[in-house]
Amino acid sequence: MKGAPRHAGLLEGEVRVVNLGLRSFADSIRAAGGAAVHVDWRPPAGGDVELARILESLEDENGSGWREPIASANAAALERLLAAEPRVIGIGRADAVIPRMDAETVLHAGPPVAWEDMCGPMRGAVIGGLLYEELAASAEEAAELAASGRIRFAPCHEHQAVGPMAGVITASMPVWIVENGAFGNRAFATLNEGLGKVLRYGAYSEEVVVRLVWMREVLAPLLAKALRAHGPLDLRSLLAQALQMGDEGHNRNRAATSLFIRELAPHLVRLTARRDDVARVFEFLNGNDHFTLNLSMPAAKCALDAAAEAPGSSLVTVMARNGTEFGVRLAGTGARWFTAPAPRVDGLYFPGYGPQDAAPDIGDSAITETGGYGGFAMAAAPAIVQFVGGSPERALETTRRMAKITLGESPVYRIPALGFRGTPTGIDALRVVETGILPAINTGIAHKDPGVGMIGAGLVTPPFECFAQAVQALAQTLDTRKE
Amino acid sequence: MKRLLLQRGRYFDSVFLLRISRTLEETPGVSRAAVAMGTPANLENLARVGFDASDLRDASGEPLPRSGARPDDLVVALEAADADALRAAEEKLSRLLAAGAERGEASEELPSTLGDALSVDSRANLAVISVPGAYAAAEARRALRRGLHVMLFSDNVSVDDEVALKEEAARRGLLVMGPDCGTAIVGGAALGFANVVRRGSIGIVGASGTGIQEIASLIDRAGGGASHALGTGGRDLSKAVGGRSMLAAIDMLAADPDTRVLVVVSKTPEPGVAERVLERLAGTRKPAVVQFVGSPARAPRGAVTFAATLADAARQALDLAGLPAPRFSNAPEAELPKRAGSLRGLFCGGTLAQEAWTILRESGIDIRSNVAADPAYKVKAGATIAGHVVWDLGDDAFTVGRPHPMIEPALRDEEVARALGDPAVGLVLVDCVLGYGAHPSPAGSLANAVQRAAEAGPAGRLPVVVASVTGTDRDPQGYRDQRRTLEAAGIRVAESNAEAAEWCARLLVRRAREEAR
Repeated sequence: MKGAPRHAGLLEGEVRVVNLGLRSFADSIRAAGGAAVHVDWRPPAGGDVELARILESLEDENGSGWREPIASANAAALERLLAAEPRVIGIGRADAVIPRMDAETVLHAGPPVAWEDMCGPMRGAVIGGLLYEELAASAEEAAELAASGRIRFAPCHEHQAVGPMAGVITASMPVWIVENGAFGNRAFATLNEGLGKVLRYGAYSEEVVVRLVWMREVLAPLLAKALRAHGPLDLRSLLAQALQMGDEGHNRNRAATSLFIRELAPHLVRLTARRDDVARVFEFLNGNDHFTLNLSMPAAKCALDAAAEAPGSSLVTVMARNGTEFGVRLAGTGARWFTAPAPRVDGLYFPGYGPQDAAPDIGDSAITETGGYGGFAMAAAPAIVQFVGGSPERALETTRRMAKITLGESPVYRIPALGFRGTPTGIDALRVVETGILPAINTGIAHKDPGVGMIGAGLVTPPFECFAQAVQALAQTLDTRKE
Repeated sequence: MKRLLLQRGRYFDSVFLLRISRTLEETPGVSRAAVAMGTPANLENLARVGFDASDLRDASGEPLPRSGARPDDLVVALEAADADALRAAEEKLSRLLAAGAERGEASEELPSTLGDALSVDSRANLAVISVPGAYAAAEARRALRRGLHVMLFSDNVSVDDEVALKEEAARRGLLVMGPDCGTAIVGGAALGFANVVRRGSIGIVGASGTGIQEIASLIDRAGGGASHALGTGGRDLSKAVGGRSMLAAIDMLAADPDTRVLVVVSKTPEPGVAERVLERLAGTRKPAVVQFVGSPARAPRGAVTFAATLADAARQALDLAGLPAPRFSNAPEAELPKRAGSLRGLFCGGTLAQEAWTILRESGIDIRSNVAADPAYKVKAGATIAGHVVWDLGDDAFTVGRPHPMIEPALRDEEVARALGDPAVGLVLVDCVLGYGAHPSPAGSLANAVQRAAEAGPAGRLPVVVASVTGTDRDPQGYRDQRRTLEAAGIRVAESNAEAAEWCARLLVRRAREEAR
């Protein structure tokens, strides 16, 4: 039986050591021909003694794992997460398909945030969204409206949606409808606008709004028709292929975007439409390596949402940032957000920019890591490790390290360089707190002022405090259930 | 110029960091370097020397959104003459840290917790725990619950935790060695600070690390061997703990067919506990030798005899095991040159210091120590003492912010240099402990300090230095080599710690007698 006490005597037979602490002790045992496993120990719970005590109370009697209610809730949640079959079934208007969405609602990335507390790029995106909806005629008017209290701000995540960077979604925007074939739940995301001056980085100049209108009037209808002709597009298989072609599904989407174009091309060409419009659609897709980021995100979202209601589970279902705060949710604590100030991104900057220009971490795109790819699949994407000043070895190391805080491995998303091992999937908040190993998130860096756009990319880790709070809250729910 | 940096979530053990700090301080232009984990105590120490933890910055120099450093964050405090020196120190630091992270396996391939380690080796049966004291009890509890015996090297574990751990171990049929257990040899495996000792028929249980090391080394050097050497931790024979580990270890050795003779070593135990231990020993029906360091010798009790010193315990054990038993004595003290001035005992090993003090005191010498068994002679570590004194330099009061002198003898060597330059000192008594975990060449380090003092000081007037070496020829440092190194520096080397102390005692007694005449 796993975890059964070993009452074997110490003096008869061979001594086999587990070494916690000074590494030289393990070295000297091995030098003398003995067996020793050295543990890469660090203070549990980040050194917080009270939290460490809570962790210990959540362990089972023989110390072999988490207590039964947690372990079984986690196993059930992981099974649902891994069983997901995300597929894109169409494009709809936000206010027609997203639950509780209307003309006065603006959805944004990350945990809840009031207008007064929004960072520069987030404010810029809100202004751009209001201009795009023609609810305001100028940036000043838009800002006034946003501050007036007449606009309802809500996290995308509370509306089954996800948005990269500022993640702003307004009523008339076209959104991808991604359905989880295994459980029937849906997730939504806007269509990706490309790089440069774009709404999600807080730009709201005329060219931004004009592009958004073109996307609504031309791009979305053509893609929707082509998709209808093609039939539901299996995102699981698209991502699985892309991971074997050098993508990780967050900061590199070049392979997935190419595959996507290949799939839809014949159907786009067959449409009765102006040849020039079709050509512009191809040009747009070809010119935007991140186009399918807005599909890999809702793919993860609908997979995680299906695992989100699991009392007792320490599975992380959301990691999201609004540029002011970083927020985390657990399956076992439902809709509660656990937040801490958004961290800074450690990365490389485009020429002319530096850390002093950067906004704090922002966007819902960490849903990809939450779902088991992005930074967790870094080993699949050696081409982009330079963004974090790293080497291909560091990419492999990142993925291996993430295996220490996850509940399982994906049966579908596999990494060639790791012997086709599945990507580490299903973050266990208890393991994060226990080991102090924080999830590795690949991300873009936004300029702190609205409208400038992307100025770099790199790696970020969530604040430990989010997980510490979440674990404390989870422990309380377990205590309540016991009583 | 000062700089205070923080690296989130990079944990290194304190010994490694203390060594790095020392290396950094050797960088030209760097006046202070402290690399430590962000514990409240460390942050407080840094604040005291002018490094304000509320001004922490990340690697790119940006202020952190929240200043709170956690105990698993690495905090780096540097003070240098100019920006170039600061940069040089930072570069050196990142090289040293990278080298530390890379020795052996890469850290992501190592298990992160005890539970993970057991999935790597499901047959593991002993956890060796040397993590900081605040976390040690919880890890030990985990190990016991997974059915592992525990060697708890960590100190700063509360008595309550110690008792609870030992009770839990007893329920599960397991042994807890420690807390503060520095050494053990189990089935030939050297654990912690241990010497490489031949396997044999003598089983040792000790509440004292260097006591076990001295006895085991002497047995080995005389041609004998140890079956096992089990530590119990220094507090085990106190009234509160009640000798729980000592009794369990005696039972284990009693049942062990390889063990034919038992040796028990401890500092003076609580009388009630001592009684229980002696009773249990008598019940094993195996011959046993007891050495309570700091207690007067007693008459034998059945098959249990008492030794006067650690060396005497080794001699009696060899005799009981049917092996030739030398007296561990190589030369008469008469050869020692006489010098005026008082004695400075400067020890790395706590039990060795206590044994030396006891021998000197029993010879009628008025001598103080921070480990004196008699409260009338006990003084606070580091106090200014005019007369004879023996210091255990492993005392927390000496080691604040510095590695234990057995790991890194700089602390002791500085004290030796100071004593040699002090005209009031005529005699210096030291130990030199070898084995795994100890410095790569404690004798080399000590010899250097003595030679430097000889060059600096007045010729022919330097205090006499007397030493003993605790170790074996198969220790990584090599007993014979280390001994030769000391002798080449003019240090007088005795066969055992007891003999070194006896030389000094006789010299002082004779000098006093001559002065009285």
